[in-house]
Amino acid sequence: MSDKQSKNEMTGRGGECDFKRKRNNDRPVDTSSPVIQAFQLFQDELDLKHNKHERLVKMSRDITIESKRIIFLLHRIVGAEDPASILDQALEKLKIVQQTKFHPVAMELQNEDPYQFIRAYTAGVQEYIEALSFYYYLKEKRLITLEEVQRDLFFNGPLVEQDDCKQMKSDTAEVKGDNSMSILITPVDFMLGLADLTGELMRLSINSAGAGDLDVPFSVCDFLKTIQTGFMTFGNLCKEVSKKMYTLKQSLQKVETACYTLQIRGSEVPKHMLADILSTATMSGPSHFAEDSLVDI
Amino acid sequence: MSNTTPATDIFAAFRSHLEAEQELREEIRVVVRELEQTAREIQTELQAVHQQNGIKNISVLCEKSYSMFDVVREQLTKLSQKIPLNQYYRFHDHWRFVIQRLSFLAAFLKFLQSEQLISREDTANLLGVKVDKNDGFQLDLEDYLMGLLTLSNELARLAVNSVTAGDCFLPVKIAKFVGELDSGFRLLNLKNDSLRKRFDGLKYDLKKVEEIVYDLTIRGLKPKDGATGDIN
Repeated sequence: MSDKQSKNEMTGRGGECDFKRKRNNDRPVDTSSPVIQAFQLFQDELDLKHNKHERLVKMSRDITIESKRIIFLLHRIVGAEDPASILDQALEKLKIVQQTKFHPVAMELQNEDPYQFIRAYTAGVQEYIEALSFYYYLKEKRLITLEEVQRDLFFNGPLVEQDDCKQMKSDTAEVKGDNSMSILITPVDFMLGLADLTGELMRLSINSAGAGDLDVPFSVCDFLKTIQTGFMTFGNLCKEVSKKMYTLKQSLQKVETACYTLQIRGSEVPKHMLADILSTATMSGPSHFAEDSLVDI
Repeated sequence: MSNTTPATDIFAAFRSHLEAEQELREEIRVVVRELEQTAREIQTELQAVHQQNGIKNISVLCEKSYSMFDVVREQLTKLSQKIPLNQYYRFHDHWRFVIQRLSFLAAFLKFLQSEQLISREDTANLLGVKVDKNDGFQLDLEDYLMGLLTLSNELARLAVNSVTAGDCFLPVKIAKFVGELDSGFRLLNLKNDSLRKRFDGLKYDLKKVEEIVYDLTIRGLKPKDGATGDIN
């Protein structure tokens, strides 16, 4: 047996899997042993947990994709004939994400410790917050609050006919007696979503300037400054935040440069040439955002 | 209601959230540190089993370490009171390691007492925690399993030392035990995580104890059924 094992060591991981399968077939497990019986239960429990995790990862990916689409849609508001209709469309899409994507997530998490699976869906949540807060900014020119995010993610009753055993279990649990469920948005996820929002705002500001709008860049610039000041009031949270802070600083710098250029040369340049000027003025920055954000104008 | 919430308030709320969390984490850290100390003491106590005279006095050792779990239960109750409902996994990383070590110690103790595998329920009871998360502060399944893998490693060492101490009975029992543990773990579909990595080490433990049994067998030292197992 040890011979077999050492051979397996050399073939690496792939070989190991084959090896295990073979071994399992070679030596059928003794199902009467209490140890084996206990491990069969563990197997079920682990599989359930892993499957749930996988399902949540998939749902999270769907949420990310949909949220990105909403963000693209919202960017089309620059120079649009009818901005209100774009906002309406975005709202409708956001509602769809809430009802068809978040609701199943909430159902998976019913009666679970939400923190156990949070890593599976945090990416989707952050992207969604980015989309939602972008929508709020365009509509109301202000920052969304965590309560407002949370409010939309509160569901009553199951989405479709759900297995009753889950329900039975919840009766014994001390959580909520009724069918209501919600998705926990942690303050950290909320903040990370807002940090992502600043990137979109930067793009919005530059695009608007390129489209000849001379007000939006300035109001966005002020708004970004408020956010940056807000982020500066607390220390380094984690690696993720400090990375985003670096991006935020860069975004802000681009917008500030753009505003400066608009202020100083805006009156002397015809509107249709502003885009070119801005692209050269901001090129000095460390990034190449100017080209890719102005291409679609 | 929050139509007028200015951005600064949003950040202020977040800041106070961070501060509250920091504070709670600090409190948890203090209790976990005490718990780690207790775990170390129990481990030190049980380490004596690897020594010549320790093996002969297993029951005394077990009794003493068993009573030390009183402190563990006390400290874990203290810890569990600090954790808000349904937030076990928010802070899990703080105590994951010490719980794994404690469930190893519980399993080791159980093996020394009765040569049996400790059940998840018994581990939870000995530590003063729950099996089902709906009942309160629980013993995470993966932490319990991790404790069992540490046990197999410790038993492989004990097999060597028991031969040295002149006990040829124990290695045979250990080989059977670790073999069974191995077939149990083979049933699990593990992800590519720390448990899986640890499980990959189980086969070496098994190999080690099987080799000891082999050594005993070819020298005719392997005890027959009913024999005492003493070399002399």
